[in-house]
Amino acid sequence: MGERTIVGTDAGPGTSGISRRRFVGYLIAGPTLVAGAQLGTTAAAKAAIPTVQPVDLYDLSDLLTDATRPTANLITITVNADGTVSFAMPRAEVGQGITTAAAMTIAEEMDVPVSKVRVTLADARPELVWNQITGGSNTMHAIFTPIRTAAAIARGALLEAAADQLGVSTGELTIRDGVISAPGGRTIPIGSLSEAAAVSADVTVRAQLKPRSAFTVVGKPQRRVDALDIVTGRKKFALDAAVANAKPTMVCRPPTINGSARAVRNLAQVQAMPGITDVAIIPHSKHVPGGVAVRGETFGQCIDAVRALSVDWAPGPAAGKSDATVLADLARAELPMTPPVNLLAKTIDKRFTFHFRPGDPLETNTAVANVRPDRAEIWSSLKTPIWAQEQLALDLGLPVTSVKVHVTEGGGSFGRHLFADAAFEAAAISKKLGKPVRLLWHRADSFRQGRVHPMTTSRVRATYLGDNVLAFDQRNTAVATDWGHGFGELLSALGSTTPVTNLGYSQLVFGLTANVPYDFGIVSQLLNEVYDPTVFNTSSVRNVYSPDVTTPRELLIDQLARAMGKDAYQFRRSFLRDARMRAVLDKVAQAGNWGRAMPAGTAQGIGVHREYKGFCAVLVEIDCRPATVSRAIPNAFTGPRVTKAVCAVDVGLPINPLGLEAQMMGGIMDGIGQALTYSLHLKDGSFLEHSWDAAFYTRQWNTPGDLQVIVMPPTTDDPGGAGEFSVAPSMAATACAYARATGTLPTTFPINHGRANLGFTPAPTVPPVPASPTDGLSKAY
Amino acid sequence: MPQFSFILNGGRVTVDCPGDLRMLWVLNDLLGVRGPKYGCGVGVCQACTCHVNGKAFNACSVPVSQIKPTDRITTIEGLAASVGKPLHPVQQAWLDHDVAQCGYCQPGQIMAATAKIRQIKAQGRSVTDADLDEIRNVCRCGTYPRIRKAIKQAASQM
Repeated sequence: MGERTIVGTDAGPGTSGISRRRFVGYLIAGPTLVAGAQLGTTAAAKAAIPTVQPVDLYDLSDLLTDATRPTANLITITVNADGTVSFAMPRAEVGQGITTAAAMTIAEEMDVPVSKVRVTLADARPELVWNQITGGSNTMHAIFTPIRTAAAIARGALLEAAADQLGVSTGELTIRDGVISAPGGRTIPIGSLSEAAAVSADVTVRAQLKPRSAFTVVGKPQRRVDALDIVTGRKKFALDAAVANAKPTMVCRPPTINGSARAVRNLAQVQAMPGITDVAIIPHSKHVPGGVAVRGETFGQCIDAVRALSVDWAPGPAAGKSDATVLADLARAELPMTPPVNLLAKTIDKRFTFHFRPGDPLETNTAVANVRPDRAEIWSSLKTPIWAQEQLALDLGLPVTSVKVHVTEGGGSFGRHLFADAAFEAAAISKKLGKPVRLLWHRADSFRQGRVHPMTTSRVRATYLGDNVLAFDQRNTAVATDWGHGFGELLSALGSTTPVTNLGYSQLVFGLTANVPYDFGIVSQLLNEVYDPTVFNTSSVRNVYSPDVTTPRELLIDQLARAMGKDAYQFRRSFLRDARMRAVLDKVAQAGNWGRAMPAGTAQGIGVHREYKGFCAVLVEIDCRPATVSRAIPNAFTGPRVTKAVCAVDVGLPINPLGLEAQMMGGIMDGIGQALTYSLHLKDGSFLEHSWDAAFYTRQWNTPGDLQVIVMPPTTDDPGGAGEFSVAPSMAATACAYARATGTLPTTFPINHGRANLGFTPAPTVPPVPASPTDGLSKAY
Repeated sequence: MPQFSFILNGGRVTVDCPGDLRMLWVLNDLLGVRGPKYGCGVGVCQACTCHVNGKAFNACSVPVSQIKPTDRITTIEGLAASVGKPLHPVQQAWLDHDVAQCGYCQPGQIMAATAKIRQIKAQGRSVTDADLDEIRNVCRCGTYPRIRKAIKQAASQM
């Protein structure tokens, strides 16, 4: 009682020829307020320019948004008696700030304070079909208008209820900070209207949305809604789920990727170890990584048990593979370049290698599972919870309705939570043991057996004559990216279970994201992939294909500009075909003081990128002087340092500039790491890296001291994507700056990958995890 | 089973467990104090950073047997109370700069930053960029630049 729920719907394209931008929804019958919405349309970009690519007309954002259209009617908002407004968002919050952006959107449309809006993550709801996948930085693009419409209908219903009670017309009422005011100073808080505004039968309602000019919340900097919980340690993650007897559980994993346990040689001995309650083989399968599970009173005792196990392992499908053998397999799968277009023209050809990079978030794979004979309940950070629920139902032999899947907030994702590895594995262990489990992956396992960005090679060719670029070719060849999650539910996931259709998914996404934003005549970009996606554990790591598409392109452009005797910035400017792209490029060139005199061994670089309905440019300055490169920090890879980064981003309509700036900042840290330091070395079917002091993600000693993010003013009425956007252009800019500072074109990424000294001592693969140190007190400070 | 006792966030606690159990698991699994986070278990990522008698340490790398009954252990949950305020100045600086993204590493970041600032102040100097470069805590979301700003602000208020 005391609540109203608002349901958003898609009224579909207008049939009467009038604008599709009509916002239609419902008030839904119930004891409390219920309403609905129409998804905003996304006008196809008009490409009145010589180079026309699929991306110009229809990109990944359109695909994901269209996929959600038929079912968006099931979004719900609730007005509570205490004046708060609740929204169970069918998306995963993993740090990207969508709970804050959604709260702002509701607050804006309803005129309630952001602090009164409660955004939670919805459980898996199979009726949503394609409308519960979090990916492609698409969340706000897809749900902005439905949320607004539902909120606007709720606001209208509240005003009508207030008008009835006060005996005035709705036109005389105003809402501010969740309180409705009438002439003469009478006020009613919205919470006290939540029952009165309810309807007894469904009603179709047309919503009037606020014009952008009236916005007071959207577009203004807003701190994260969960910031206080975070800084006080109260924020809840998957392992914090309160489930009785769900004891700590870890898995002893094989020495080669995707190997499997044949037998445990010392089962009785390990079962008798202090605190250990269970030890069991969990078979490896397509969905369950598996190994030997141990369950105990504490994770510390699980680590000891994992280390004590003596296991007979069957090798995995990657056994014997190393960086060199995979590169050789990639070379054999290369697609041919386009034949020359003009025999008088000159060409520049370059080839680049991008090594495996981890997809690790800081929170490793975690899940709590309670599988009983007749039902199952799972808690995990899941970007595809419907697929997880349906697949779990199949695996466990239960009806979908008996499998409850809770989406918990995630400690980062970077693409890893598109899959439900921890949820599937925890469920398999819980079923086998007949007990609830609290599953935690060890960091060493996370690097070695977790999902990674696939190794890729890229060949690029520019064909030019005089001042014109006649053609641009790019051929990327990669280890297969696993699309086994489909569009987030079982049917499309099943469509990607064979290599042929998985490659279809890859080429679809590559074709919808890869682009050349320059007028380069005939453009051709193609992808080919090797291996079945079950050989390596891959996924759509942050920004997916774009870093390995954009970096070669931008490096080649610098080469091209030099060959034509032009400045790298002016060259880009003259060939860019979109005014919004030119605007962000101009912005970074100006704010970053492009072309300023710099000491030898230091230089600037620029990269641009177009994706997610937006435009992004990054300018960096790098210091490659010996004193900087060899600066000493214990157990750290230092190397060249990006000293300054300037980013300008146009996402159409920025909802939260402060959050957008945070996403750009994070993407730049990612791009710097991918350009310079962050990778995995494959040797004998296993990755050598096992800790953050081996896989060199950007640390404080690699962080630019000077970072500036410029959020461009709104250019459209719809928000584009943000979460992954700056990775590709910052990686490209860093590579370009490195080339200019050193006079050497880098062709292998990250640049430090091939160095003679790894910079760390690889830990053994048996036992698979290192012992925890005991010398912590001696390092206290 | 041996017993171990220490002062946790101002109150005495006692646990029955093996002496080699690392403090992280004593806190997380036995005492239900879940602010200190697991991120690597080998003293690298620093997500589990807590304080012992005001000094930062990695809870994953200290066996409970090394903690004395008189030792004062502070976790993120007890940080504000340790200065008798609703929020410690470092926590407030984290809010002011909207540092966090996913938030998983931030309890450790805040505990590390607090100890680092105290250490530098005890040396009678102010925080430099070189000091900030030495902070080892990993943030995969890449909040490092805002962490640097927040630490500089907090240092001026502590």
